[in-house]
Amino acid sequence: MKPFLAAAFALFVASPALAEMQIQQVDTPGGFHAWLAQEDSIPFTSLEIRFRGGTSLDAPGKEGAINLMTGLLEEGAGEMDSAAFAEASESLAASYRYRASTDSIAVSAQFLTENRDEAVDLLRQSLIEPRFDDDAIERVRQQVLSGIASDAKDPDAIASHAFDSLVFGDHPYARASDGIIDSVTALTRADLIAAHQAAMTRDRVYISAAGDISADELSALIDNLLADLPESGAALPPDMQVSTTAGVTVVPFETPQSVAIFGHEGITRDDPDFFAAYVLNTILGGGGFEARLMNEVREKRGLTYGVYSYLMPMDHAELYVGRVASANDRIAEAVSVIRDEWAKMAQSGVTQAELTQAQTYLTGAYPLRFDGNGPIARILVGMQMDGLTPDYVLTRNDKIEALTLDEVNRVASRILKPEALRFVVIGQPEGLEETPG
Amino acid sequence: MLKCAAALAAALLTALPLHAQDSAPQPAAVAPDQVTSFTLDNGLQVVVIEDHRAPVVTHMVWYRAGSADETAGRSGVAHFLEHLLFKGTDTLAPGEFSKTVAANGGNDNAFTSYDQTAYFQNVAADRLGLMMKMEADRMVNLRLDEGDIATERQVIIEERNMRVENDPSALMREQMSAAMFMNSRYGVPIIGWRPEMETLDLAAAYDFYHRNYAPNNAIVIVAGDVTPDEVHRLAEQYYGPLPPNPELDAERIRPQEPPQLAERRLSMSDPRVAQPYVMRRYLAPERDAGDQRAAAALTLLAQVLSGGQTSVLTRALQFDSQTAIYTSAWYNGTSYDDTDFGLVVVPAPGVTLEQAEAQMDEVLARFLSDGVDEEQLDRIKFQLRAEAIYERDNVSSLARRYGDALTSGLTIDDIHDWPQILQQVTPEEIVAAARSLFDPSQAVTGYLMPARDAPASGQPVSLPASKEVTQ
Repeated sequence: MKPFLAAAFALFVASPALAEMQIQQVDTPGGFHAWLAQEDSIPFTSLEIRFRGGTSLDAPGKEGAINLMTGLLEEGAGEMDSAAFAEASESLAASYRYRASTDSIAVSAQFLTENRDEAVDLLRQSLIEPRFDDDAIERVRQQVLSGIASDAKDPDAIASHAFDSLVFGDHPYARASDGIIDSVTALTRADLIAAHQAAMTRDRVYISAAGDISADELSALIDNLLADLPESGAALPPDMQVSTTAGVTVVPFETPQSVAIFGHEGITRDDPDFFAAYVLNTILGGGGFEARLMNEVREKRGLTYGVYSYLMPMDHAELYVGRVASANDRIAEAVSVIRDEWAKMAQSGVTQAELTQAQTYLTGAYPLRFDGNGPIARILVGMQMDGLTPDYVLTRNDKIEALTLDEVNRVASRILKPEALRFVVIGQPEGLEETPG
Repeated sequence: MLKCAAALAAALLTALPLHAQDSAPQPAAVAPDQVTSFTLDNGLQVVVIEDHRAPVVTHMVWYRAGSADETAGRSGVAHFLEHLLFKGTDTLAPGEFSKTVAANGGNDNAFTSYDQTAYFQNVAADRLGLMMKMEADRMVNLRLDEGDIATERQVIIEERNMRVENDPSALMREQMSAAMFMNSRYGVPIIGWRPEMETLDLAAAYDFYHRNYAPNNAIVIVAGDVTPDEVHRLAEQYYGPLPPNPELDAERIRPQEPPQLAERRLSMSDPRVAQPYVMRRYLAPERDAGDQRAAAALTLLAQVLSGGQTSVLTRALQFDSQTAIYTSAWYNGTSYDDTDFGLVVVPAPGVTLEQAEAQMDEVLARFLSDGVDEEQLDRIKFQLRAEAIYERDNVSSLARRYGDALTSGLTIDDIHDWPQILQQVTPEEIVAAARSLFDPSQAVTGYLMPARDAPASGQPVSLPASKEVTQ
C-alpha cells in the first residue's frame, strides 16, 4: 500500500464546467486506443501512458526488478548510452518521467510542438530499446538500495510496510514496491530484461494526450511509439479480500512523534455504492477542516497537525485507510477519538446538512482539477484504467447530487467496520494497549 | 488538506538538499501581455494574470511579512498567526472562512516563508468577489481568544514534530542554517524553535498581526479567467475601503548577515540516519531590484553543476567515479536579504564523508580551471526558454512566482526582465561567480551521520580541527 500516493485517487474525474472540452477517442491503424483533449493555445503536448500490472508483477525472489527496470529506462537506449540519452533529451527540452507503482507503470512525457518528432523518437527508444548497461544498473541499484535503507528508518515508510504486511499477507501487495536489500542486490541484467518484457506490453497499455496535437497526429505518434512492444506479459496477481480485526499493532521506533496508519477492507471502484462511500468519507476523513476527524482530532483537541482517511480501491483488493501523527504521549488519545468517530458514523450516519455541504463542495471543486494539459492527460488515462467512458465527465456530478441521506447512511453501516478497524502505530506510544492482529 | 501543509513544505524547500526541485532553474516569466498591475489608493498592489482556458481563478493575498520579520524571542509567530487567520473575525465564526470556500466548491490554504506569508483560494471565477470580501475582512478584523491560542499552539507543535523532530535531515538543516546565518533571521526556522513556540501567546500573535497586516503591506494576485477591469472593480469594492497602516511605509529593516571570515563546520549524529551525507552552504547574493545579473549567474551555476544527468557534479561523482549516489547544487535567488548557495553529496557505500567532501572540492576546483561546457550551457538556456512555454500551462504556479518575487523586494519589471538576463549570462560570468562564491572561509560544511557506534558508510568520520560546532 502507498497511502500517500493514493490520495491522488480523488482525481479520477473530470469537469462539467469544462463541457466545451471535447474528449476525442482515437483508434490507431496499429490497434491502439487513446483519449485526447486537444487544446492548441500553448505549443506543447502532455502524453500519459500506463501499463497495468506494475510492481505486483515482480516474480517471486525478484522483488524490486520492475522498479529498478523502470528507473533504468532513461539510462541509455538504442545507440545512446546514459549520458548521450540525457544530452539528447536536454537538447529538446522534453521531459520524460517513468514511475513504477503497485498496480501500474506510469510514463509521463511533455514535449514542445516544434520538435515533437525527435522527442517522440527518443521516448520510443527508451520504451522499446532500453540498454540496461552494466554501469547504469549498478548506479541506479545503489540509489534504490539507499532509498530502501532510508525507508527502514523513516516512520511513515515503516508504518506503510507494517500495515501492508498485516493486511495483505501472502499477496504480492504485501511486498515493498522497491524490493528488499537482498532481492535488489541479487538482480541481474537478465532479470531486468525479463521484467521489461513482463510489464510493458501492448495488451495492458492505456494512453491519453492533452495539448497541441490533433487526433491524426496522435494516432501516427502512438503507432510509431508503441508498435514494437511485446504483445502480452506476465499474469496479473489474483484478487484477494482484506480481513482485519479491531485493535492496535505497535512497531517500536525511537522518535518523538508516533505515526499511525489505520483501516480495514474498502469498496471496489465499480461498486454501485462507490459514490455514496466517497461522499461519506469526505464527511468523515476528507482533508478539509469540515471533516469530522479533522474537527475532532485537530481543531477541538490540537492532537495532530493532520488526520485523514480515504478509499483505496486497488486492482486486486480494496482498502479503507487513514493516517494520523501525534506526539508519543498524545497518540493514544488521537487513536481513541478516531475509533469513536468511526463507530459513531457507522451507527448514526451523517446529517442532511453534512451531506449537502459535501455535495456542494465536491461538485463545485470538480472543474478545479482541470488546471492544465498535464493534469487533464492524467485524468483521462486514469478514467480509462477505471473502465469509465468519456461521458462520465458530464454525468459524474449528477451522480453525486442524486445521493440521498438514506442511501449514504445505508452505505455508512455497510462500509465502516469498527469491529475491523486496525491501527498500526510506529513510535514509542504511551498508554496504547497492543492487541494481536 | 492541512492548513499550510503543502505550501509550507514548498517554502521550506529552499533548505531541502535531497529534493529534485532544488536545483531547478528559475523559470522564465510569462509573456507580459498576460499580466497587468495596478495599485489602489490605500497602497494595495494588485496583479492580474489572465488565462481564459477554464472558468476558474486563483486568488492570493501576499503579505510582505514572514518569519524573518519576527521579533527575537518569538520565533514561529508569523506561521502561528497564519494558522490563526482561519479562526474568526468580527463577522465570521472560527472555521467559517474555509467552510464558505468549500461551500462554493473551492479549496483554500496558506503558507509562511522567511520573507512572506500568503493565503489563497482556487475557486470558480464567478466567486472571486466573495473571496475578496473574506480576505479583506480578515486583513483587519481578526478576533482571537485564549482557547484558539492554546489548541492551535498544540497543532503547530505537532506540525513541528512531523516536519522536523521526526526527521534527522530536517534537524540537520536547521542546525546548518543557524550556523550559516549568525545575525540574519534566516538562521531561525520558519516554524520556530520549539521552546519559543511553546510561549507564543495572544499578545504575540496580535502584535505581529497589527504590525504587518494592512493593505499597504499586501499584494493581491488574481490568476485565471478574469479581466483586469473586472478585478479592478472588485478590488476597489472590497479592498479599497481598508485603511493603510502609515507606520508600514518605511522599508523593511532587518538584521543583516555580516561577512563570514571563518569556516564553520558541524557534525550531527542520529540513530535514525540511514544514509549519511555531506552538505556545504555558502552565503550568496540574492536578486535585487534592477540588479539581477549576479543572481542570474548563480542560478545558471547551480544548473551547470547539477541540473540533470550531464551536469558537472553528476557526471564526475555519479557517473565517472561512481563515488556518490546523489549530488545536488541549489540556489534560489528570490529572497529579500542575502541568501545561500548549497551543495550536497551522498556518498556511495564504502566512501567516507571526508572522501566525499574532498572529491566534491576537487570537482569544483577542476570546474574553476576548466570553465563551462558551452554546449551544456546552450542546452540549459534552451530549456529555460522552453520553460516559458510549459509554465503557461499552470497559472497557479505563475501566480506564486509573481507573489514570491514581489514580496522579496523585486518589481514586475524585474520579473519580466529575468528570463532575458538569464539568457545573457556568459560562461565567464558563471565561472567568476563560482570563484567568488567558493571561498573556504565563507563555507559552512555539515556531516550528517548515523549513531556514532554504527557508521553506515566506511569508517567513522573525524573532523578537521577548524571552527567547529558539534551537535
